[in-house]
Amino acid sequence: MFTSVDDVAARLAETGYLASPAVATTVFLADRLGKPLLVEGPAGVGKTELAKAVAEVAGARLVRLQCYEGVDESRALYEWNHAKQLLRISAGRDETWDETRTDIFSEEFLLPRPLLTAIRGDDPKVLLIDETDKADVEVEGLLLEVLSDFQVTVPELGTVTATRRPFVVLTSNASRELSEALRRRCLFLHIGFPDEELERRIVRLKVPGLDEALARSVVRVVGALRAMDLRKLPSVAETIDWARTLLALGADSLDETVVRDSLGVLLKHQDDVLKATAKLDLDAL
Amino acid sequence: MTAPAGVAERLTTLVAALRAHGIRIGTGETVDAAQAVAALGLTDRETLREGLAATLLHGTAQRPVFDPVFDLYFPRGVGAPEQEAAGREDLRDRLASALAANDRAMMGRLAVEAVDGFGGYGSSPASDGWSSYQTLDRLRPQTLLARVRDNVRAQGGGSGFTDRLLEDEIRRRIEAFRGLVAAEARRRVAERRGRDEIARRAVAPSADRVDFLFAGKAQLAELRRAVQPLARKLATRLAARRRRAARGSIDLRRTLRGSLSTGGVPMKPVLRRRRPVRPELVLLCDVSGSVSGFSDFTMLLVQALHDQFSKVRVFAFVNRIDEVTGLLVHGRADPEGLGARIQAEATLTGWHGSSDYGMALGEFAERYGAAVGPRTTVFVLGDARTNMSDPNLAAVRQIAERARRVYWLNPEQTASWGTGDSAAPDYAELVEMHECRNARQLSDLVARLLPV
Ligand SMILES: Nc1ncnc2c1ncn2[C@@H]1O[C@H](COP(=O)(O)OP(=O)(O)OP(=O)(O)O)[C@@H](O)[C@H]1O
Ligand SMILES: [Mg+2]
Repeated sequence: MFTSVDDVAARLAETGYLASPAVATTVFLADRLGKPLLVEGPAGVGKTELAKAVAEVAGARLVRLQCYEGVDESRALYEWNHAKQLLRISAGRDETWDETRTDIFSEEFLLPRPLLTAIRGDDPKVLLIDETDKADVEVEGLLLEVLSDFQVTVPELGTVTATRRPFVVLTSNASRELSEALRRRCLFLHIGFPDEELERRIVRLKVPGLDEALARSVVRVVGALRAMDLRKLPSVAETIDWARTLLALGADSLDETVVRDSLGVLLKHQDDVLKATAKLDLDAL
Repeated sequence: MTAPAGVAERLTTLVAALRAHGIRIGTGETVDAAQAVAALGLTDRETLREGLAATLLHGTAQRPVFDPVFDLYFPRGVGAPEQEAAGREDLRDRLASALAANDRAMMGRLAVEAVDGFGGYGSSPASDGWSSYQTLDRLRPQTLLARVRDNVRAQGGGSGFTDRLLEDEIRRRIEAFRGLVAAEARRRVAERRGRDEIARRAVAPSADRVDFLFAGKAQLAELRRAVQPLARKLATRLAARRRRAARGSIDLRRTLRGSLSTGGVPMKPVLRRRRPVRPELVLLCDVSGSVSGFSDFTMLLVQALHDQFSKVRVFAFVNRIDEVTGLLVHGRADPEGLGARIQAEATLTGWHGSSDYGMALGEFAERYGAAVGPRTTVFVLGDARTNMSDPNLAAVRQIAERARRVYWLNPEQTASWGTGDSAAPDYAELVEMHECRNARQLSDLVARLLPV
């Protein structure tokens, strides 16, 4: 899919994703080695966005399995369309049960879910298993199975084997530690907060109206906040939101008033706001 | 750079070193890493670093262990820099500009120069090693703060709201530079220690002088066979110490009380009577990959000496701690299998497989605090390498307060204490820590330190 690490970075950038060297290198290897990519990191650093960008670059369909507490096989893998099956049973009164049964457990009544969808068909796909840590441990077992062989067995239909393996991205906030076995299947990538230069480029790209000097100041303030001992540090998503807010406020540079009034965009907890206000001398006036 | 054959070898030594630091790496990952090297090439060191991290690591917590090890096996340079050693003031000037410009690449090069110029110590420069502490002590980068700040301001980078951020930003850059200096000093020490290693192997030492940390399978087996004879010898020495103690020291209070009848002149010294009960022993053993040879041997030795004590309890940990006294008692017949049995039957790891002293010691203090009392002597066995996690000094303090004595036996040479992720100096401030690199040192220490 890619010719080099630089090629990865360049083509992701065309879609609006600015990859750090670590991100570009790991995406390149995931493609070369044909291994799933496990991306861990704090909220809002672009984990989900990365999968979307890879799909766009590859001209692939993005198949997304959003994990949550209680997600199960019928949501992740496949399910039979019971309503439709019932209709079919009541419609075909003259058949033998055997005939009916063969018919209702056929393709027509199958509801494929993301994991099955991702391994069927010949078109290129990116399978995004988002927030894997939110799912229960049993689902992890299922993922392990699917990601080992890239095949799924539907007892009534037989085994589906991927003819074309999807590019797999799993994301995690590490709210729960994923099992060692699943980790071993994957290449590991930690995305942390970007360095100053990269974050400035992201801001400029996402908020084109903001001038260079202000973008630089925005990133410096965010950097200062991240060095504080806060309950929740502002992420890239918040930096972008703040930049947009400043643009909307028509600010052309930072001052105490504008920072104090818009700090809530960056910090979500009241005690964080208070702490930052004090440390940044915002109540000096 | 080196030919691919050399790379394969360096990769396997890198993997071995990471394993020694408690990172579990299977053959699958090693193969992936080799493929990564082939796909990425060797021209860009940072790309290689990321590629190896992606293939070999499984979690964020392992990265702080990985980076310094990578720096050792894939160093930026080898040996000393080419140019003439610069003077201190010249170096500080250039460092000031690099800090002002936040030029990380330049800061890296200056760190190399700084260690070269100011980090060597010994009778002739660098004959004994390289010290980041000494480098930073001579260079004093923290004193550049005001100068760098004024520079940045003079160049117009200091106006407006963000000027208030400037000093802290510079402080963080100086901190980063200190880290770079530490990495370079570590690399040089390793270069030297590599040579030492070769030198030591050339004169194959006897098994009891082989470092536990470097002992091979055969040498460990030989050591295990030596446990019983060694235990007998030690028992004799302990008995002698016990007799001496029984003859005992003078009990001053009782001697003076007795002297009241003789007008305060102490005529009859009263000897302290030995307590009839034998002391209790508690062992806390790190059994993670890096130090398991040392722990296994020590546990066997203590078990062989168990009738010298009223009670011996043994606990093993990696990042969780569990009691293994029973395994030890029942396993006397099969000393080879001890390590495997402990790994299989005790709960030693939680979410990950690397050692975490803070967690393990904390869990001990919480769950087994009652095992330690005023008659208990506690031995902690391990290298104090915390994998960068919190050493939990409070837990050690708590254990030390309850115990009669706490000793820490560290299988690493004293010179390595405090390097990398070693929290040895911190622990050594709270409890008596001894270097215990081989069986000979161990038996000396046991004979000297075991309570009688
Ligand atoms: N390197 C980047 N290049 C471009 N945009 C980025 C980059 N990093 C983050 N962003 C932007 O930051 C925002 C948050 O990204 P995203 O939702 O992917 O975060 P996440 O890591 O998945 O967070 P969560 O853990 O909350 O799901 C998005 O708007 C994304 O466009
Ligand atoms: Mg997301």
